Amino acid sequence: MSAPFQRHRLTPWVLMAPQLGIVLVFFFWPALQAIEQAFYVEDAFGLSREFAGLANFKAVLSDPTYYQALGTTLVFSLAVALGAMSIALLLAVMADRVIRGARVYRTLLVWPYAVAPAVAGVLWLFLFDPTLGLISSLLGNMGIDWDHKLNGAQALALVIMASVWKQMSYNFVFFLAALQALPKSLLEAAAIDRAGPWRRFWTITFPLLSPTSFFLLVMNSVYAFFETFGTIDTVTSGGPGGATTTLVYKVYQDGFVGQDMGSSAAQSVLLMALVGGLTWFQFRYVERKVQY
Amino acid sequence: MHYRRPGLDRLSHALLALCCLLFLLPVWLAFTASTHTLDALYSQTASLWFGEAGWGNYRHLLSGSFGGLGTDVLTLLINSTIMALGIAIGKIAISVLAAYAIVFFRFPFRRLCFWLIFITLMLPVEVRILPTFEVVADLGLLDSYAGLILPLIASATATFLMRQFFLTVPPELVEAARIDGAGPWRFLRDILLPLSKTNLAALFVIMFLYGWNQYLWPLLITNDADYLTIVVSLKRLLTSADGLVPWQNVTATAILAMLPPVAVILLMQRYFVKGLVDSEK
Repeated sequence: MSAPFQRHRLTPWVLMAPQLGIVLVFFFWPALQAIEQAFYVEDAFGLSREFAGLANFKAVLSDPTYYQALGTTLVFSLAVALGAMSIALLLAVMADRVIRGARVYRTLLVWPYAVAPAVAGVLWLFLFDPTLGLISSLLGNMGIDWDHKLNGAQALALVIMASVWKQMSYNFVFFLAALQALPKSLLEAAAIDRAGPWRRFWTITFPLLSPTSFFLLVMNSVYAFFETFGTIDTVTSGGPGGATTTLVYKVYQDGFVGQDMGSSAAQSVLLMALVGGLTWFQFRYVERKVQY
Repeated sequence: MHYRRPGLDRLSHALLALCCLLFLLPVWLAFTASTHTLDALYSQTASLWFGEAGWGNYRHLLSGSFGGLGTDVLTLLINSTIMALGIAIGKIAISVLAAYAIVFFRFPFRRLCFWLIFITLMLPVEVRILPTFEVVADLGLLDSYAGLILPLIASATATFLMRQFFLTVPPELVEAARIDGAGPWRFLRDILLPLSKTNLAALFVIMFLYGWNQYLWPLLITNDADYLTIVVSLKRLLTSADGLVPWQNVTATAILAMLPPVAVILLMQRYFVKGLVDSEK
């Protein structure tokens, strides 16, 4: 578009000023500070610090608990993304199929999106409370001892379930919208050729949904990476024994609880590089291979 | 014919209804638990029906400070509302202005500004908490509403969405407005904003939920109970001196914490779905 308001020189800067100011002060300044701090070692009281080169990074990368957190993050993100997406896809396909009532079902399924991750954590914590939880007592009757305060695998499972419960609705909205936008003629043609619903789904619907699925995979991973902090903190505080400590939780724990600023900053920088790299990779390579 | 299968339809309805109920179950149990007394709760496994405390727990929570929180839940609700509204309105205001400048004006360093803003999409506040905390402390904004709100509106999601929408506005409209003598502010106020009503509503829902549900940031910068938000308060409630979690208080607070955002999403569902699905494009 040709620029409509060309003679106004000052106006665009007035318009940009609030956003630019906030971004510079609360984004670039801290981000640069994190990068700078990652190269310094501070004493315990924060009184003095000295240049340490790559020492902070070396310390982080030779720390076994960092790799444990990396592993936990991968398992957690994959489980949340796959769990939330497959349930959502199943429900969306059914809601799309019944035609009448699809909107009612959407209303009944969309609301968990509005629930805060920390609140979702509390709700599930109550279901699995070792003394009075409903599901933990049902499991007890089946001979399974539930105690997420001692059992790391159970703690991780609990955090995953709470996150899937909340994230499902987001995926459902997208899958339902994508399904309703599919060209009906293709599906009708396949039906005339006597392809059953199962076959129609796997040979037509599923491939046509791949852009949406790919987008959702990215969004769900981002959600599992960052926004589940509240769930983890209320349900397990990263425990037991670091079994639910993700990379983001570790940045918080080492920096704010452990007061190790250099290490926390180095972890922040590594995390920024990781997320930046993934974003780049996704745009560069993966998006092209998805069928449109 | 092969296309419609009544049997499959009925199965779909049954499964959908079942799943809707399953998704509601955690909330239902928390709601019934919030109407029990502590003793009643600990004498059995979670009951599926209401208890004799009725609204008593809620009345107690909303009126007096308790459980080491140092404040009452009404204050927490007000703080959350201020924070959520501040983030939603602040973010929308600065993004509309910035997107307007980027789409409708040509000025030096326009591309640089564009990239400075959009690079923030990649790094959420969780990645840079420590340095952001220090910046906010240096500015003296700890334990203040400004400290709760400002760092969280430093991201480009809303700017990006508004830009996408402004790009679809036909150039003839701008041309016509200019010929009629409308300046940039007039065009923004009288033509562009009314046109964007639906998009603004959608953005408002998404940003309100984002603001209300924040956890890590308010946790870090509020020590003073007067600025605590309701979502963050839950963890403090979960810990108790005698080892018995006061579940009747925790569940009641959780229900209160989810009511406003759930109400917003249900009342404005149409805008929310539109805003969410549009953001993909």
